[in-house]
Amino acid sequence: MAAILSRVRHDTVPTTNSATTEPTWVRWLLIAVTVGFVTLFLVLPLIAIFFKAFEKGLIPYFATFKHNPAYTPTYNPADAVNSILLTLKIAAVAVPLNLVFGLAAAWAITKFQYKGKSLLVTILDLPFAISPVIAGLIFILIFSRTHGWLGRALKGEGLFSRWIQHIDENIISLKIIFAFPGIALATIFVTLPFIARELVPTMQARGRDEEHAALTLGAGGWRTFFTVTLPNVRWALFYGIILCNARAMGEFGAVAVVSGNLRGQTTTVPIFIEMLYHGYGSDVNAFALATLLALLALVTLVLKNIVEWRVAKSREA
Amino acid sequence: MSFPASPEDTGRTPIPPVRRKGRVNRRVIPGFGLTMGFTLTYLTLLVLIPLAAVFLRSAGLGWEDFWKAVTARQAVHSYKVTFGVSALAALTNAIFGFIVAWALTRYRFYGRRLIDALVDLPFALPTAVAGIALTALYAQNGWIGQFFHQPAEGVERSAFVTWVGQFLWPLGIKTAFSLTGIYIALTFIGLPFVVRTLQPVLEDFDHEVEEAGASLGAGRLRVFLTVIIPSLIPSILTGFSLAFARAIGEYGSVIFISGNRPLDTEITPLVIVKALEDHNYPRATAVAVVMLLASFLLLLIVNVLQRWAESIGQARN
Repeated sequence: MAAILSRVRHDTVPTTNSATTEPTWVRWLLIAVTVGFVTLFLVLPLIAIFFKAFEKGLIPYFATFKHNPAYTPTYNPADAVNSILLTLKIAAVAVPLNLVFGLAAAWAITKFQYKGKSLLVTILDLPFAISPVIAGLIFILIFSRTHGWLGRALKGEGLFSRWIQHIDENIISLKIIFAFPGIALATIFVTLPFIARELVPTMQARGRDEEHAALTLGAGGWRTFFTVTLPNVRWALFYGIILCNARAMGEFGAVAVVSGNLRGQTTTVPIFIEMLYHGYGSDVNAFALATLLALLALVTLVLKNIVEWRVAKSREA
Repeated sequence: MSFPASPEDTGRTPIPPVRRKGRVNRRVIPGFGLTMGFTLTYLTLLVLIPLAAVFLRSAGLGWEDFWKAVTARQAVHSYKVTFGVSALAALTNAIFGFIVAWALTRYRFYGRRLIDALVDLPFALPTAVAGIALTALYAQNGWIGQFFHQPAEGVERSAFVTWVGQFLWPLGIKTAFSLTGIYIALTFIGLPFVVRTLQPVLEDFDHEVEEAGASLGAGRLRVFLTVIIPSLIPSILTGFSLAFARAIGEYGSVIFISGNRPLDTEITPLVIVKALEDHNYPRATAVAVVMLLASFLLLLIVNVLQRWAESIGQARN
C-alpha cells in the first residue's frame, strides 16, 4: 500500500514546482535512459529467444519436440520430451519439500522469541549467497561413488566406513550423483530459501494477535494454523511457490555439476538446451526448447504482478 | 467455530500469561518444538553438513597442497576476472539501477508498469536461456554485435549498421566471447538487485524533507545531493553488494558468452567445474573454499548494510 499511497500523493505535487521535482529535460532524460537500459538488457534478449526459435518457421520449431523426417534433427526428439518430464518431476519433488520447510521455518522464526534468531535467518539465506556450482559440488563431495564420503565408505575407506558395513546390498547399488536423487538434492538446495523468504516478512507484519485470539477461543494449534495463519499469508505463499518453481525448473549451474549428461535420462531442460546449443542440435532446437522456459518466466512475472495487485487491493479494503 | 466441546480442547486453552514477555509467547503459541526441530534438521542435513563437507575435505588436503591449488595461475587469473568484472557490472547496476528506480517511483510515463514488471526478468529467466539469448544478440552477427564487429568478407550489412559501424568497428570491441561478454551477462543478472532495493526506500521517502530543504532556499540539485543521496547511500551499497555477490557465483549465463579461454575469459565457477571434469577434486574443493569465504563475507557485509539502511529509515520516520 505504501507504493500506492506514494503514487497518489505524488500526483498532487505540482510538476511546475522546481523545488521538489526536476526540470522537464532532466525528467525526460532519466525516463529515456530507463527505457533504453531496460530495452537493451531485458526486452531485446526476450524477443531474441522467440525470434531465433521461429526464425526458420513453425515446422523446424516443432521438429525439436516431435520427429519430422523432412527436418531431421540431429538428435532424438524423445530426449527433449524426456528432459521436460524430468524437469517437471524435479520440481514436483523440490517445491513441496521446500513448501513444508518454508511454512515450518516461517512459523519458527515469526511466532516465537529466542536468542540466535538472526543467525537462523542468515543460515536460511546461505543457498542464495553461494554459487550454484558449489551447490552441486557439495553433494558430489558427500555422495560421489568415487570421491564422496558415502562412496568411499561403501568401499570400506574413509571416515564413515565403520557405520556402513552392515547395510543392505540394494542401498549400495543406489546411485545418487549423476542420477535423479543428486539433481533433486542440488535443486532443493538452491531453491530452499524462496518460500520461507516470502513468508517471514508477511507473517512478521501480521503479528501474533490473531493466532492468540484463535487459541484463546479454544482452537488447537493445527486449526489455528489452517484457518487463521494460512489464509492470511496465502498470497505470499503463492508468490513463494511460483518463484521456487521457476528456479527449480530453470536451475542450470548446480544441476550441470551433478547431472552426468545422460541424454533424456539425467538432462533437465536447461541442461538439454546447453547440449543442443553446443552442437548436439541446431540453434533453432536450442531456442525452441528455451521458449518453454522463457514462457515459464513470463507467466511467473504475470502471476507475481497479479499477486502484488491483489495484496495492494486487499490492504486498501 | 464453536466453543471447546471436548476435554482435550479445553486442555489446550492457554493459561493467562504472567511471566516476562519473551517466555509468554513461547508458551501461548504451540508448535515451537515441531517447527524448530524440523527447520533445524532440514537446514543441517541440506545446508550445514554439505557445506561443512567442503571445509573438511579441503582441511584434509594439508596447507601446502591447499595453497598450491588456490594460488595456481589459472585460479588466480580467474579470481581477477570474476571479481573485477563482477565489480564493474555491479557498479553499472548501481548507477543505472538508481536511475531506473528513480524514474519508476517518481515519474509517470507510458509503459512504466510494464518496465516495472520486466525488472524481475533476470530473477525469473533461467540462466542458460539468458546465456544463449545474450550470446545471440552480442555475437558477431547478432542484432547488437553487428554494430561492433566488422563483417567478414562477403557479408553485407544494412546501410544503417554500416553507418554506425564506421564509428564503432575501428574501436575493436568484442561484445561476445570476451571480457566484455562476461560484463554484459553479469550486468543482466544483477539488474534487479539495486532497483528492487531502492524502490521501497524511494517510495517511502518523505517529500516533506525535500520541501523543507527547498523552502530553506536550496536548489533542486542541492536538495538532491545533500538531502536525498545521503539517506539513500546504504540502500545503494546494499543493492551493489547483492548484485556483486550474485555476479561472482554466476555460471549459467556467463559460460555461453564468455568463450571460456583459460587465463583469459575463464571465471572461477568454471575453474571448479573443469577441475571436477578432470577428477581433480582437491583443486575443485580448494577453489570452492575461496569462493565460499568470499560469499560469506559478502553476506555479512549485506547484513550490516541492511541494518544501517533500516536505522536511517527509522530515524526519518
